[in-house]
Amino acid sequence: MLNISNLKVNYGGIEAVKGISFTVPEKSIVTLIGANGAGKSTTLRAIAGLVPIKGGTIEFLGKQISGLPSEKIVGTGITLVPEGRRVFPDLTVLENIKIGAYLRKDDLTDDINWVYDLFPRLKERSWQLAGTLSGGEQQMLAVGRALMSRPKLIMMDEPSLGLAPLIVQGIFDIIKEINRQGVTILLIEQNANLALRAADYGYVLETGNITLDGTGAELLENEDVKAAYLGKKKK
Amino acid sequence: MSLTTILQHCLTGISLGGAYALIAIGYTMVYGILRLINFAHGDIFMMAGYFMIFAMASFPWQVAIPLVIVGTIVMGVVIERVAYKPLRTAPRMSIMISAIGVSYLLQNLATYLFTAIPRGYPEIPFLKKIFHIGALSASLVTFLTPVLTILLVIFLMLLIKKTKVGMAMRAVSKDFETSQLMGIKINNIISATFVIGSALAAVGSILYFTDRMSVTPFSGTLPGLKCFVAAVFGGIGSIPGAVVGGFVIGIAETLLVAMGYSTFSDAFTFLLLIVMLLFRPTGLFGEKSTDKV
Repeated sequence: MLNISNLKVNYGGIEAVKGISFTVPEKSIVTLIGANGAGKSTTLRAIAGLVPIKGGTIEFLGKQISGLPSEKIVGTGITLVPEGRRVFPDLTVLENIKIGAYLRKDDLTDDINWVYDLFPRLKERSWQLAGTLSGGEQQMLAVGRALMSRPKLIMMDEPSLGLAPLIVQGIFDIIKEINRQGVTILLIEQNANLALRAADYGYVLETGNITLDGTGAELLENEDVKAAYLGKKKK
Repeated sequence: MSLTTILQHCLTGISLGGAYALIAIGYTMVYGILRLINFAHGDIFMMAGYFMIFAMASFPWQVAIPLVIVGTIVMGVVIERVAYKPLRTAPRMSIMISAIGVSYLLQNLATYLFTAIPRGYPEIPFLKKIFHIGALSASLVTFLTPVLTILLVIFLMLLIKKTKVGMAMRAVSKDFETSQLMGIKINNIISATFVIGSALAAVGSILYFTDRMSVTPFSGTLPGLKCFVAAVFGGIGSIPGAVVGGFVIGIAETLLVAMGYSTFSDAFTFLLLIVMLLFRPTGLFGEKSTDKV
């Protein structure tokens, strides 16, 4: 569904992504794991059109999308849940949900109910300003907002960042649920353990290069991954 | 001073305040979305004055007024596209300097094209009709200005609170990047802001100059600065704040003149700015932050 080949992106004058290639098959969960500064966020931002690419191609559903402005890329069916949630603090919860469907002209009632079913907490707080929500609730809102564009592919940038373990588990349950309902997911995480358990396939990113790839289960068993990302000593 | 005289001056002050409020909204909205003090706004207001002179020379007022509003909107949007848009990613100081440049450009362009000799502002007969309420008497424009101001502000608030464009404006004013991820075209929303600001400046200009009789290339400077103060006083970024600021300054200024301190009426405005910045830099209705860290 999404084919990245030889993608190169510069970030602040340095080459943050040095020619990586990977694919995200339809209806799968694919994860990129890696340390801080490995180029994970930059990759997602490049796919979303927020940063220009230096080389390579990004193909989505058989069409080139590299070079399109962000608002066009949303229209093709890709959406990004940005790092740090970035809900609009001065808009109400309901407005945040509605603005996710900004490009749509049809009736939103069913989809709003869908989001409320996934996150009943948001329904209770629909009239509250998003800035007053807790971190976990803001993450739910960010995901709900992204769903409102009826995406075929959701990219999530560190959904577990700064959240309590219990809430993180809840968010991951929802991610799997959304995937079950037919949405493809590209997930980046520092919490490698959690991400690999959820994912069908994973790639390990190190300083701008992909160094390993395999199914979630394979990577969880890989000695190098264990040592570097799962905090277990090599035997 | 008798009560009637005081009321009479209050009425004049409210009317002046209404015109100030309309201009101040332009400052506050552009600041809200671009974090830019649009120093050219006062000069856009001045140019709207000249547009009216030329429009009225060939058309009746019913045609001239819409024409002036449209002309001012086009000018505002073009200024944004040419002088501010290319600096979107530049440091904020650069775009501010560009705004100062546009301000001088407009003043000098007006001087070059229309000379610095004051030009008589055309009379719109029905606006000049004198009305009496009890012992008070004033021209229709004096009564009309505050009413029109309030109506336009209510309309604007509804637009911002209830419509999709308004929602997008509030989103863009907080976060460009995430707004783009929602599919919002940032540049269109910024243009919409300039459309509204310029349209209100045009209306404000008609109401203001109808009472002033003449326009010079520098007619926009002082009112522009005062309206900027009004916006800061009310809390820049806040529309109700700008309206309250506009009325406060308009009324205070008129009353000072009435009491015989006309020399100090402008000084008062800037004193107000200093006091406000010292004791409450965010202004009356300054941005309250709901961000949770």
